Amino acid sequence: MADHHFDGIKIRNLYKIFGSNAATHVEAVRNGLSKAELNEKFGHVLGLKDINIEMPSGCIQVIMGLSGSGKSTLIRHINRLIDPTAGEVLVNGVDVVKMNELELREFRRHQTAMVFQKFALLPHRNVLDNTVYGLEVQGVERAKAVDVAMRWIERVGLKGFEGKYPNQLSGGMQQRVGLARALANDAPVLLMDEAYSALDPLIRTDMQTVLLDLQKEIRKTIVFITHDLDEALRLGDQIAILRDGEVIQQGTSQDIVLRPADDYVANFVKEVNRGRVVHVEAVMAPARPGFSPDAITIPAGTTIEDAMRVIAKGPDGDVAVVGPTGKPIGVVNLRQLAGAMVNSHGAASHDGGSLARAL
Amino acid sequence: MDWFYEFPHMNDDALRNLKKAIDEGFRAFTRGYGDAIEGFFSPLQHFLIAAERFMTHTPWPIITLIVLAVAWGASRSWKIVLSCLVTLLAIGYFDMWDDTMRTISMIFVCTLLSIAIGIPIGILMSRSDRLQRLVNPVLDVMQTMPSFVYLIPVVMLLGIGKVPGLIAVVIYAIPPMIRLTDLGIRLVDKDVLEAADAFGSSSWQKLKNVQLPLALPTIMAGINQTIMMALAMVVIASMIGVQGLGQPVLKAIANQYFTLGIFNGLAIVGIAIIFDRVSQAYGKRLQKHREIVHG
Repeated sequence: MADHHFDGIKIRNLYKIFGSNAATHVEAVRNGLSKAELNEKFGHVLGLKDINIEMPSGCIQVIMGLSGSGKSTLIRHINRLIDPTAGEVLVNGVDVVKMNELELREFRRHQTAMVFQKFALLPHRNVLDNTVYGLEVQGVERAKAVDVAMRWIERVGLKGFEGKYPNQLSGGMQQRVGLARALANDAPVLLMDEAYSALDPLIRTDMQTVLLDLQKEIRKTIVFITHDLDEALRLGDQIAILRDGEVIQQGTSQDIVLRPADDYVANFVKEVNRGRVVHVEAVMAPARPGFSPDAITIPAGTTIEDAMRVIAKGPDGDVAVVGPTGKPIGVVNLRQLAGAMVNSHGAASHDGGSLARAL
Repeated sequence: MDWFYEFPHMNDDALRNLKKAIDEGFRAFTRGYGDAIEGFFSPLQHFLIAAERFMTHTPWPIITLIVLAVAWGASRSWKIVLSCLVTLLAIGYFDMWDDTMRTISMIFVCTLLSIAIGIPIGILMSRSDRLQRLVNPVLDVMQTMPSFVYLIPVVMLLGIGKVPGLIAVVIYAIPPMIRLTDLGIRLVDKDVLEAADAFGSSSWQKLKNVQLPLALPTIMAGINQTIMMALAMVVIASMIGVQGLGQPVLKAIANQYFTLGIFNGLAIVGIAIIFDRVSQAYGKRLQKHREIVHG
């Protein structure tokens, strides 16, 4: 289980410039030298620019961006597979950037575990021996390591496959091994670098469910990299959108979908199935005074799609949205919900007229 | 226009003096350090003698059984074991048993030595581009220099016998071992190495758990090459007193004994094939996890 006092991950003023004289150009970039200019004048590539992200303990932080946006570079700064040019990476209050080689190795052994896009399993080891790898490196004795590994192999649904080699498994199963290997380490931080990008869509959804189910019990600080907005919205407690090495928006899935920071994000969000992301609170009308809820109510935090399912079964008319205490905080009807699903311009209208307009 | 038709070479006297100076320098070195160097190699000599004594003094049925057992253990193939048996029986029947045993013991020691020296050098080379740039031309020289040429200083230093022969064979046979170890480690998948790093592997753990196992097919190819080259060198090494199948071949060349030459030559081919098939089958068996692919 994750350490109870784990303090999350804080990335502060992080810069990464690729090139032989990277350090000399940080100041210029700070003062506004653009990525294109840096490349043209000095032949250096700006990888990350002034990244500031706070990832609270026990949450799934998604970092989303297209290829070349710097997301894989960013995640590699958390366990320092890549050294930053400037900035701080605080994991549980300790700056990873300042660690010496030995401290870094200990940190990687006990504080972080990583899942890779291309699985990166050891081809000459079977599933069990791949899963124990992290523990073996830590120096845990074999019998105990096998015990732990078997538990996680079973938990990710690979029981009976312990003796198989990676070559004998499908992509989805290989990534389950990757996940089991990372979880067996029992580190408070789980880094997932496009972990599901190489899987086909059905298996990807399946693996997302596995992760969400697991997270309910393990409560680790998970950093999940993806280029797929649907995946980001489904998994992320918090989402940061990266473009050309800069964070252009941070927030919850609601924030991203309802209030995209700029056209770039808005363009992404356009294609999203809003019904699965937007919560009823964003759509509901205020409850009229004296409104008494029916037998059917919808808890706050329900997505539009789920709310429609509930309402479609019940009678016509307004249905109450209730807060955690059971007190009504607003009302929705089918018309409002349908309107919000097809309306691609953010805030849903309260009079239900958006449906008519959209049609 | 003299310089146009004849290459303007170094002054004859100067050249003669240069050669003389180098020769004398080396001779002085030999006189000064020859004994020390011989002493340094004496454990090797004991090892060689012990190996040869074992191979020639053990009764032939036992040696045959040992060879067959090794072949079976490495290849798990009856076909290979059977062809080993036929080869050995044929060699024995044509009265080349003792020479063959001497050659096998020599090859065995040469291969062990090449592995023991070659793999560590290959590992170091794979870690440093600078070392690779430094060692590569040396390996080129070792492989292309006519082997007779480096027999000369070896004989001057150590005289005639098993150890100088061994050194000559190892110099000739070790380059593929070094090169292929280096190559194999450099070819290891970067993603897997990154994963090993991400889990906090030390460089020894990385070498032991990731790099060497994944480089093994290439390293095995190197061992195979080394054995083959050592066998090819055995005839030349017989010129400086290495006993075995090379000496009858040498005698055959000198006296134009066609049959003697061809028999002993074929015996060398026979053991080359045994070594090759057995070591390749072993290499393949180590890699069985690569063949089964998810449908």
